[in-house]
Amino acid sequence: MNEARLYLLQRLSAMILAPFVLVHLGLVIYAVRGGLSAAEILSRTQGSLFWMLFYGLFVVAVAVHAPIGLRNVLREWTPWRGQGLDWSLTAFACLLLVLGLRAVAAVVL
Amino acid sequence: MTPHKELEVDIWRGAEDGHFHRFRVPYRDNQTVLDVVTWVQRHREPGLAYRFACRVGMCGSCAMAVNGRPRWTCRTHVSKVSRDGALTIAPLRNLPKIKDLVTDMTGFFEKWQKAGGRHRGTASRHDPPARVPPDSAPRRAADAGVECINCAVCYAACDVVSWMPEYLGPAALNRTWTLLNDERYDERQALLTAVSVAGGCHSCHTHGSCAEHCPVGINPTLAIAGLKRATLTGHLPGGGP
Amino acid sequence: MIRTARTHPGVWAALAHRLSGLMLALFLPFHFLALGLAIEGEAEFDAFLQWSDQPLVKFGEWGLVVLLSVHLAFGLRVLAIEFLSWPGHLKQMIGAGAGGALLVGVIFLMNAA
Repeated sequence: MNEARLYLLQRLSAMILAPFVLVHLGLVIYAVRGGLSAAEILSRTQGSLFWMLFYGLFVVAVAVHAPIGLRNVLREWTPWRGQGLDWSLTAFACLLLVLGLRAVAAVVL
Repeated sequence: MTPHKELEVDIWRGAEDGHFHRFRVPYRDNQTVLDVVTWVQRHREPGLAYRFACRVGMCGSCAMAVNGRPRWTCRTHVSKVSRDGALTIAPLRNLPKIKDLVTDMTGFFEKWQKAGGRHRGTASRHDPPARVPPDSAPRRAADAGVECINCAVCYAACDVVSWMPEYLGPAALNRTWTLLNDERYDERQALLTAVSVAGGCHSCHTHGSCAEHCPVGINPTLAIAGLKRATLTGHLPGGGP
Repeated sequence: MIRTARTHPGVWAALAHRLSGLMLALFLPFHFLALGLAIEGEAEFDAFLQWSDQPLVKFGEWGLVVLLSVHLAFGLRVLAIEFLSWPGHLKQMIGAGAGGALLVGVIFLMNAA
């Protein structure tokens, strides 16, 4: 995975995330009115194909975007670099993917 | 008639493990920072090492860090930068110090070469000259960057250079962009490979410090953005092999 | 670590983007774990949400909303410079980004109170 490829993935995931983040922020602000409750959130998400696809794709994009960003920060601000770093970040990406999709399943199913 | 004034000037002496030494320098109207350095070397410290050449803002040799900011000292008026009659002069950041205000620019030029800096044409003297419309998009893109005289001010201003030793830097990458836009250059595709290494164009994080500090008004951030786009599409500006 | 030349708005924007991204990346696994509580049932999830209904946690939620807005705003700046060739030193653009992000934070507070 060369630098140009990583850059492409980073920018593509960013472009996907921009509208998703706007929707998510809007939803958070709407949902926080009158306090958060499980019943309110789950009544919106459970059984919803739309939210499953929305948050599923959101999770995948974040699992790509965050580790690549972290890679830049760690390589530039710490002495850590090379294969060890790359594999650790791949592991972090998998962690985000697994935990994220699990969270989506938790509120959708 | 203004009263005779003195400046308190801290100048870096030594190499990496050097220190600032304070000099008292007579203030003159229209004095530049280069005038100050020259006065110190002539009247106080003959051993002070510094570079200059044209002293009229054309060659870029006199670039130093004035109050932490990289600039051409011959084009910096003391009246504009001194704070309460005080001034700090140091060698450029991100370059190894040789002595006092002189830095080793070898690495800077090596990166210039590594990014493809040397122009190689495809035609010979027997071929007719290339007909390049001056207002074509690639020519205008190249023109925006060709005035670079390798003064290393942008290199000193760049935070990514200071964070990442292998980062090619704004000057080298700006140069690559001018070559990529030059249809007379051979192997333009090889340029894209050269800047796609670790520490290549993708390491630029668009701080824009290079453009902010360039004394010639070049914008390497935008040039590097062009390189990034080109590495994604593989398309050369203006088409061609 | 950070000893810049003149620290101008472009540097602030890039640093804010980077630091907000770092904090969001560290927060995300916890966010996913919290949501994942719903797997154990609505009651478990609700217990967590009730716990989160205290000022310190609300402040944290507000912080996260601001971080996300900041990251989005200055991320859009990067995309504009790289793909739309906007001159990066447009201070207005940066100011607008920061202002927009804070506005989102304010709207959150108005709704959360």
